[in-house]
Amino acid sequence: MSSEAGTNAAVVGAGRTPAVPRWVMLIAVWAILIAVPYWLPLLGGYTALAGRVLVFGLAAMGLNLLLGFTGVLSFGHAAYFGLGAYGAGLTLRYLAHSTPLAMLLGTLLGGLAGTLFGLLIVRRRGVYFAMCTIAFGQLWYYLAYSWNDFTGGFDGLRDFHREPIGLGGLTLDITDGGNRFYFFLLAVFALAVGLLGLLVRSPFGHTLRAIRENERRARFLAIPVERQIWLSFSISCFFTALAGTLYALLNNFADPLALHYSLSGYFVVMCVMGGMRTFWGPLVGATVFVVLQDYISSMTVNWMSFVGAIFVLVVLFFPRGLLGMRGRRGSA
Amino acid sequence: MLEVRNITKRFGNLVAVKDVSMSVKTGELRAIIGPNGAGKTTFFNMISGYFPPTKGSILFQGRDVTQVSAHQRVGLGMGRTFQITEVFPELTVHENVLTAAEVAAGQTLRMLPSRADAKLANDVASEMLALVGLAAKADRLVGELSHGDQRTTEIAMALAQLPRLLLLDEPTAGMGDQETYEITALIRRLHKERNYTIVLIEHDMRVVFHLADYITVLDQGALLAEGRPDEIAASEAVQAAYLGESR
Repeated sequence: MSSEAGTNAAVVGAGRTPAVPRWVMLIAVWAILIAVPYWLPLLGGYTALAGRVLVFGLAAMGLNLLLGFTGVLSFGHAAYFGLGAYGAGLTLRYLAHSTPLAMLLGTLLGGLAGTLFGLLIVRRRGVYFAMCTIAFGQLWYYLAYSWNDFTGGFDGLRDFHREPIGLGGLTLDITDGGNRFYFFLLAVFALAVGLLGLLVRSPFGHTLRAIRENERRARFLAIPVERQIWLSFSISCFFTALAGTLYALLNNFADPLALHYSLSGYFVVMCVMGGMRTFWGPLVGATVFVVLQDYISSMTVNWMSFVGAIFVLVVLFFPRGLLGMRGRRGSA
Repeated sequence: MLEVRNITKRFGNLVAVKDVSMSVKTGELRAIIGPNGAGKTTFFNMISGYFPPTKGSILFQGRDVTQVSAHQRVGLGMGRTFQITEVFPELTVHENVLTAAEVAAGQTLRMLPSRADAKLANDVASEMLALVGLAAKADRLVGELSHGDQRTTEIAMALAQLPRLLLLDEPTAGMGDQETYEITALIRRLHKERNYTIVLIEHDMRVVFHLADYITVLDQGALLAEGRPDEIAASEAVQAAYLGESR
């Protein structure tokens, strides 16, 4: 490489200053989310739709820790989402009428399954890794599908519903589908996303980005690459499983499709469409995805072709995703 | 500091390095030179731990590291840069160096940002960026920088791991005159003002004779000569080896 070309490159590069400062972005996101029950009906939407956005957004943001921040592709995150959903549903149906316990057990079920499975596949890379994650995910799908007596089989798991939450003397009744449940979802989402944000900015998070950027170099910095990828995978599974438990609470229902690999693909689409190198990108992707699905599926059963076409357009015209245009650093 | 004892490396029938020894003292700057195919890179890779020697041993600070892996040697205090630039292109200069500092401080498992630790690693990163003269470009993406600045970032990353020995693999490779001049001045400053112990491979003889305290000359895998720059310049054996290359 000639030094002249190098100097030119240095002049052209404009640096990283994002178009919108981080704190503006943060206030905007939370203000929009908190105000949903007030503005969404004006646009003809309903609050439960926003609940779906939060649930899928959290699942996709969890996946994005692995996909966008570590550079490792999983095509099987529906497994942990579904295990979270079934874990919560089975707890409420067979074990105890406790929403927090259902969330805890569901998250543990999905997260620990991911942690154990991660140990086996952490040395695989690229397509091999992705294939392993699909295969493992489908295992759970067929288990839920065939174990009629316990999981409800193809019809899904019914006969459970979210329970009021006791907070000392107070009781938080989230059993109706109104705003109170939306705010409950938003609170859980906020806690989880806050944790994710801290994680991404921690030294641990920095090592993940280093692995994404240049695995060989990361190894020579003495970063234990396999261990970090395993941890990233496991943590990402815990967050996606948590989203799965919320999914079960949202619908009072868990179905095998929550475990199916096509949902894993949707999660990846949400990340890529929204911008996987950004922190909030997957939430934006989930919003577009859920709204399109809701709107178009009321007109045609082939809604996926439309979502697919829009996905292709986004990838062509916004190769770094919708939020990726905002300057490189969307990382909160 | 670094003691290489009679190391040999065979690849099948090829003997790439044959019974070479070298002793580098603390604070010394040692250059390894030789015509193409002399075994410099193989020799260097054994020092950094990229692969072990077939025979012989390597001692670092009195400890036998012959079988210690490359990244464990980093932990013991061997920092290195690469012949081909190896950086994290989509991270900023500061993030590149900060990550190196955090890893060296043993924070790879710290999942929450902590103020005290963050300040520690940040201070190291800032200090090293100032030292190599990249402070003004700290917030630029490394991928957008010139080749010379990318190589300088690499040196800052190695420094941020607080090494006792710095291994530089052709630090001026692919550089123009101005960049070569700047990086040479930087290495000289690290050596003279900061007393780093440095071992480097270099093709550019102006750079070598300007920087080195001692020079090790390899030819066809064997040690041809060793001495101060003026001794090496006067050596007939060395001249013959280099002339032989151009014939």
